[in-house]
Amino acid sequence: MDNPYTVPAIVAVTLATLAIGFYGLRLARTTSDFLVASRVVSPTWNAAAIGGEYLSAASFLGVAGLILKYGVDVLWYPVGFAAGYLALLLFVAAPLRRSGAFTLPDFCEVRLHSRGLRKLATAFVVFIGWLYLVPQLQGAGLTLTTVAGGPYELGALLVGVVVTANVALGGMRAITFVQAFQYWLKLTALAVPVIFMVLHWQADGRPPVTPSDGLTFPAATSLVVEHHATLTFPDGSTQEVRAGEELTFQAGDQVPHVSGVDTANDLDWLLPGNDAGGLFGTYSLILATFLGTMGLPHVLVRFYTNPNGAAARRTTLVVLALVGLFYFLPTLYGVLGRVYTPQLLITGETDAVVLLLPVAVLGSGMLGQMLAALVAAGAFAAFLSSSSGLLTSVAGVISTDVLAHAGDRGPGQRGSVRDFRVAALVGGLVPVVLALNVASLDVSQVVGLAFAVAASSFCPLLVLGIWWRRLTDLGAAAGILAGGGAAVGAVLVTILGPPLHGWSAALIAQPAAWTVPLAFAVMVAVSLATRRRTPPDVGTTMLRLHAPESLRL
Amino acid sequence: MEQLTTGAGTPERTRIVLAEVVRRRDHDRARAELAEQTQVGDALVRGLVRAQLALALRLSVVVAIGLGALPLLFAIAPATSTIKVVGISLPWVLLGVVAFPFLVAVGWAYVYLAERNEQDFTAVVRRPER
Repeated sequence: MDNPYTVPAIVAVTLATLAIGFYGLRLARTTSDFLVASRVVSPTWNAAAIGGEYLSAASFLGVAGLILKYGVDVLWYPVGFAAGYLALLLFVAAPLRRSGAFTLPDFCEVRLHSRGLRKLATAFVVFIGWLYLVPQLQGAGLTLTTVAGGPYELGALLVGVVVTANVALGGMRAITFVQAFQYWLKLTALAVPVIFMVLHWQADGRPPVTPSDGLTFPAATSLVVEHHATLTFPDGSTQEVRAGEELTFQAGDQVPHVSGVDTANDLDWLLPGNDAGGLFGTYSLILATFLGTMGLPHVLVRFYTNPNGAAARRTTLVVLALVGLFYFLPTLYGVLGRVYTPQLLITGETDAVVLLLPVAVLGSGMLGQMLAALVAAGAFAAFLSSSSGLLTSVAGVISTDVLAHAGDRGPGQRGSVRDFRVAALVGGLVPVVLALNVASLDVSQVVGLAFAVAASSFCPLLVLGIWWRRLTDLGAAAGILAGGGAAVGAVLVTILGPPLHGWSAALIAQPAAWTVPLAFAVMVAVSLATRRRTPPDVGTTMLRLHAPESLRL
Repeated sequence: MEQLTTGAGTPERTRIVLAEVVRRRDHDRARAELAEQTQVGDALVRGLVRAQLALALRLSVVVAIGLGALPLLFAIAPATSTIKVVGISLPWVLLGVVAFPFLVAVGWAYVYLAERNEQDFTAVVRRPER
């Protein structure tokens, strides 16, 4: 693709991110500034920043790609990504802010006073953070390949380096402003093109999304075959293709189904209940996304920057509204993608639909190219902001819980700014290496797995820790190990293991429906069995978590 | 956050009004009961936690029925998914559009009701029954 605007747009977003980061650097002077933005961030800024941080590559590219491929069943991804904030609001937001904890390991220490549990939580924060970072970097690689023809590795490296540098130099204070700016950029980058595209679709005479005689190519398309495959056309004829062959389709030709590329046919796409895992898969996805959000490390850190519990609640509500507003858009891209970019269903690279659609719909005139550049810039904003947030939290726990002890400082002491920078470098390097070496899956699916791990480890810890007096440190640790451990195992099998079939595939690909109840059950059972270990100050802690600040206790 | 000191140390500067002295003393007593974990204080906190948890659980049930029942509904009665609303089939309308305002509405209701629970709690602490 030779779009003269894309590269400047991406460079502009990257530079703006760095510039705001350096501007913030001049303001950030103390360790507290670095880690928690000194708690002087107003709720509106904070909500936009949380939204900006949360809407990652999975939301920006992945959701539209999944909808293009699988249809109505994957609408549960955006619904669940938004509903996660409702669960967070109902069960966690205000008490967590009042606890004074700013990372999950902190919460373990405040509530249960256990160093061992703290270490376990640290390990899970780092695992979830890295699992979530890898698809962001892979999305960056995909974007650069798609829009600028650059090598895949360059995009992943570029985002990795920019984010690591920004986090290491600016810390949290700086990125609060970056994130808020990036929420609005992302919203604009999807909303403006979609208006033009819907108008164009109207002017085209509203071509049907699921035509009765199968999808057809809107324009002449040629593709180069990469793997041996069998094409099946809607009329039942088949054609064998070999690597290196060039396929050419004329406008109006029917779109074949390709063996080895998992897509839903028209009726399955339109109507619910036809995805691979069936009802189990759907409910598992619902559980993972509804309950996983509260356990994501980069989401929780933000709550500390609210002045009090009531503000934390209001901030969460604003975030829910902002995130919900955003999620109207990817659905439209997925649906329009079926009409205008059906070739992605042949290649299977549906994550690129958001990037390719503007030019596919509006043509490669100036308007189409400008809008494509805007979308690419928005995509880069998505990678930069989510990765910054994730890396800040990963670096935060590494510097306070791993490096601080090496430096022979007492427990509970915050690491120094230098520790934080070292931790940011380490925390950034690992996912870059992983992104370059691990095979690429659908962006949203990997993120879905990170949600499943969070839902099976930190969700029970937070919910029971906040609402149930009898939780003990051993109970919490056992629950995290059982539920979270099972989810981690499922993730590793999904990413690294052989393809599975039948029930085991459903259980492993969407583990939340069994790992979340397992974690809760083990946590409650072991806590009841170790009743003597209930912290003696649980009454004081409960008072602190739940009493409104206006009492000034 | 500024911390008001009570007891030892520099006392908080207050304007002395006759009626307020009585109120303040009650207020302080209730606060002390909370802070010292007496039976009364403990019962107060338990009541608040129970009220907030009940509220959160009730609203979760609303969401579980409103959204969580949808996959089951579509599976049991496939006819529902072919209903069209302004030319779009019902599952797309519900999941792609209606779900988000619904979530925000539930969230708004929670914030309103949770703050009311807290105000009730504060009122009880500030004006204990004699």
